[in-house]
Parts: sequence; structure tokens; C-alpha cells
Amino acid sequence: MAYIGLSLFMFSTGVVGVVIRRNPIVIFMCIELMLNAVNLAFLSFARYRYATEGHSLNQAIGGPMMVIFVMAVAAAEVAVGLGIIMAIYRLKEEVDVDELNLLGG
Amino acid sequence: MKLTPELIIFAMLAGPAALAAVGVVAFGSAIRSALCLVFNFFLLAFLYFTLSMDMPGISQIVVYSGAIMVLFVFVIMLLNPKLIEERKDLKRPFGIAFGVVLFGILASQVLPVLGFEGAKPVVHQIGSPNVIGDALFSSYVFPFEVISILLLVGVVGSVFLAKRRTD
Repeated sequence: MAYIGLSLFMFSTGVVGVVIRRNPIVIFMCIELMLNAVNLAFLSFARYRYATEGHSLNQAIGGPMMVIFVMAVAAAEVAVGLGIIMAIYRLKEEVDVDELNLLGG
Repeated sequence: MKLTPELIIFAMLAGPAALAAVGVVAFGSAIRSALCLVFNFFLLAFLYFTLSMDMPGISQIVVYSGAIMVLFVFVIMLLNPKLIEERKDLKRPFGIAFGVVLFGILASQVLPVLGFEGAKPVVHQIGSPNVIGDALFSSYVFPFEVISILLLVGVVGSVFLAKRRTD
């Protein structure tokens, strides 16, 4: 299952990116990277474990369905998140996520 | 492990995909990260094709490489963010160590239970568009409607957020 290995690697890379980067747009991209790693894991499990005999079509179709829904949620999330980032950029010139403490009061 | 043609194709796609994933994190400027991410998404779409998942692969190209990345590049162009200098502090080695530990824990939990038995014959063609559409409008019709409401709320929210306050 080399697909799962690649998926794990991409997910860990995304986590590292979210932790160490300071640019909010790049952090957003790393979140997309993690979502895609999970999609890859869903599809490879659906293909190699549930599309084989002994499982019904209804079980097998769950993986691709989940991928479609993850893509739709990611699209909505990117639209709203980039809107928030643009609003913050309009408020402050330079944005460093470690310096943002607007919610802290 | 025998060197099959499928394995060679997988390696040709997965190696650059992993490199591009590292590039997203490692590059300093946001636009280079975005280009790496586009590359990664395209390779992932071809990986989906090798899994005979046609419909998810096509929507990967259209939704991710097309729509989402255009949105990212557009926002980068609009904001023209100055390079935030990455300070050398404790965060970087700490984060990398955390990632390595996370990878190790996940791999040690997931990989042993997978089993490396040979690929069983595939009986369901779950990747084709007609099967997915059939399921989407029969057993998954309620989540489908919820997604439509979510997208509507997302559109309204992003318009409201991006609106310039005039008063």
C-alpha cells in the first residue's frame, strides 16, 4: 500500500507547514495539502479494500462519495478563509500569524 | 516486492508529488508555494487515474487545480504580500520534529494492520461518473443537499467578508 505511505507523508508535510510557516496564505495551502492526503487515503482504501468481492457496492461507493464531499467543503472553506485573510490584510499591512492577537482582547 | 509496471508508474508520479509537497512548505515566497501546490494536485489527479478513479480525478483537476488554486493565486496577486522573514527560532526544529514523530506514530499504527496481501480482483467500478452520480442522487441525496446549502452560505459569507465597508 504505497498510496497510504504517500498519503501519510503528505499529511505530515502539511502539519509541519501549518506549524512552522508564518504566512497565512501558505498555512491555508498546507491545510489543502492535508485534505488532499486524506482524499488519497480514502480513494486507495476504497479501491484496494472495498471494491473487491465480499463487499457490496454500497460499501465501496462510500470512499469516492466522501472525496466529492471533501472537495465541496474545501471549496467553501477556501472562499470564506481567503475572504477573512483579505479582510485582515486590509486592517493591518503586515500579517504574521504569530503576531495576530485580535481575538485575545 | 516485484517491479511491476504499475509500481514504476506510481513511483514516477508519487516521487515528484512528495517533492512538490515538501516544496510547498520549504519555499519562502507564497507564489512558489502555490505553483508547487498546483503541480502536486495535478500529480494527485493522475494518481487517482491509476487507481481507476476517473470521476474524482477529473473533479480534482477541475476543482482543486482549476478553481481553488486560481483563487489562491488571485489573492496572492491582489495582496502582493511582502516576504515575511522566517525568523530562526525554536519553532522550526520543533515543528519538523513534531512532523517526523507524527509520521512515525501514524505509520506504526496504520501500516501493520493493512497487510501486504496481493491485490484482490476488483468487482465494483466505483470510479466511473455514472456510478458516482447514481449514488449521489439516491443514497447520498441528503448530504448532497446539505452541501448545496453549505456552498450557498459560503458564497454569501465570502461576499460579505470581501465587501469594502463604505460607511
